[in-house]
Amino acid sequence: MKSVRQVETSLRQYWQINRPVMVLVLLMVALLVLVIISLGTGGARIELGDVVAHIAHRIGVAGVGIDAFDARVLDTLRLPRIARAIVIGAGLGLAGAVMQSLFRNPIADPGIIGVSASAALGAVAMIVTGHIILGSYYPVVGPYGVPLAAFGGAVIATAFIRILSRQDGQTDAAIMLLIGVAINAMAFAGVGVFTYMADDAQLRSLTFWQMGALAGNGPTDTPALFIMALGIAYLMTLGTPLNLFLLGEAEARHLGVEVEHLKRRATVVTALVVGAAVAVSGIIGFVGLVAPHLVRLVTGPDNRYVLPASAICGAIMLTGADAVARIIVLPAELPIGLVTGIVGGPFFLGLLMREKKRRRL
Amino acid sequence: MSLVAQDVSFVARGRYLLRDISLEVTPGEVLAVLGPNGAGKSTLLRVLAGEYRATKGTIRQSGQDITETTALALAQSRAVMPQAASMTFPFAVRDVVALGRAPFRKISTRQLDQKLVRHAIRLADIDHLADRAYPALSGGEKQRVHLARALVQVWGMDGPERNMVPKTGHEDRDRFLLLDEPTSGLDVSHQHALLGVARREAHQNRVGVLMILHDFNQVTAYADRVVVLQNGEMVAKGAVDDVMRPDLLSAVFKSPIRAIPDPEGGSVLVSQAG
Repeated sequence: MKSVRQVETSLRQYWQINRPVMVLVLLMVALLVLVIISLGTGGARIELGDVVAHIAHRIGVAGVGIDAFDARVLDTLRLPRIARAIVIGAGLGLAGAVMQSLFRNPIADPGIIGVSASAALGAVAMIVTGHIILGSYYPVVGPYGVPLAAFGGAVIATAFIRILSRQDGQTDAAIMLLIGVAINAMAFAGVGVFTYMADDAQLRSLTFWQMGALAGNGPTDTPALFIMALGIAYLMTLGTPLNLFLLGEAEARHLGVEVEHLKRRATVVTALVVGAAVAVSGIIGFVGLVAPHLVRLVTGPDNRYVLPASAICGAIMLTGADAVARIIVLPAELPIGLVTGIVGGPFFLGLLMREKKRRRL
Repeated sequence: MSLVAQDVSFVARGRYLLRDISLEVTPGEVLAVLGPNGAGKSTLLRVLAGEYRATKGTIRQSGQDITETTALALAQSRAVMPQAASMTFPFAVRDVVALGRAPFRKISTRQLDQKLVRHAIRLADIDHLADRAYPALSGGEKQRVHLARALVQVWGMDGPERNMVPKTGHEDRDRFLLLDEPTSGLDVSHQHALLGVARREAHQNRVGVLMILHDFNQVTAYADRVVVLQNGEMVAKGAVDDVMRPDLLSAVFKSPIRAIPDPEGGSVLVSQAG
């Protein structure tokens, strides 16, 4: 371990970069390696060499491609799936980091203020009652119905939380968090009610929304992924304002932050990102909470680095969890939300125990 | 141009916390705010800083109504040292101080920022804490960190000496430093060090300093003018020597206060027990 530190230090001195930047670079490299490994993993094994050859062929570096079957597996199944994992993982990780700073609370995450649960409620309501409410329009709305309902659920929940927590044009972050917790409980109760009403076929799709899956819905996911990408780009710019926010809202204002603007934009954009994520993949817990914590252990609390690193870390976590989910119960696949919980939970606990010894929390 | 409050009232839940306050914080001068607990001192500071909006009256900073000024523009010419700032994330002390440079992040250079941060850390006597995690510090140490943070902010693009850096066109701005009970939690020597720094900012760098104080003798030693609040109203305003009279203070604080001649010269104000 010590020699790793030494190598790292000397490398940094050589390139004259600071530690957080180094961490960002290493995370990017790790993500790239993981993507290549994940491309080779699954029901049909594809050698890593072939994966690299195929990528080289696709970007025009190598002239010869690989076996047509393998190429089709990569192009139509695994690449889109991994792309979803990266965008959703990045969105969730970043949303978690933003929430934790915004609420100045290390346990905040998109799940806790009820946005994910409300999105799931929207989806579940559509699955169970869509054909009744929409009647003959149901086939017209078709595959967009459920993701739209999920997204709508997230947006309505956020609007609700904002309206309820506003007083004299100001919002109190602590109250907002608690209102979110209440909304979260109500949304989960709603999901329970619809689950109770559902028939056998609907129950299977409900499981998907509650435990998460990256199988995706084909091209209908594109708008949601696009919204997430835009949201991610915006949230990335909030590093310094969110640092100031950690001092307290009054202090942030004294240091030039338009506090109410920041709160409004950050909560709305986070809700859009999380709502879109749930629309694509159902509820995937844990990433939003854990990714920022893992990152802070290495980079320290400076949001200028924590935000991008949390996004990359979230992408790594979800890509890795997805690879595990695809092979662990072959030929079936495990819902990815279960994997993030089973693998990530104990890992996070271990880190916390280690950290507890090192400093008082 | 000063920071001017004109007929300012602040009402919360139907109660007047401040009533018709008019005062002026002038560059180059230390204004002390004195008064019993609950007199509205901190509220006044928050209204002046733009944190609370005055219910009646106006506040102008360098002639401009602060409700029509952006938070960023205010932050570039006015720093606030709060009574207590929470920060649960383990930022290093140096990084907390550097947050004071945030209003200038678009116009400043990294060299200038680092230079000012180093200087402020020295002035606040937190050299030995610079690499420690902020949440692990004691209350008094945290106060000094926030003093340093306020200093690097109020220095703006000038530096601790007005001509420490090349001209940027920013140095003609008036600057203000608002300190909310800055000496609470500090030991005696650090209290004097802090008050000395604040006075020096006013007298040498022409910063307008407003500070809330509780110690009468610190007011007489470090302030130029003083404002006394009681129940949200201003009961006295003027030069230190005119206001800091035992009869007036005894009435305001409902406790007998006497001036005792100091063998070293002048007199000290003491409050008697019972």
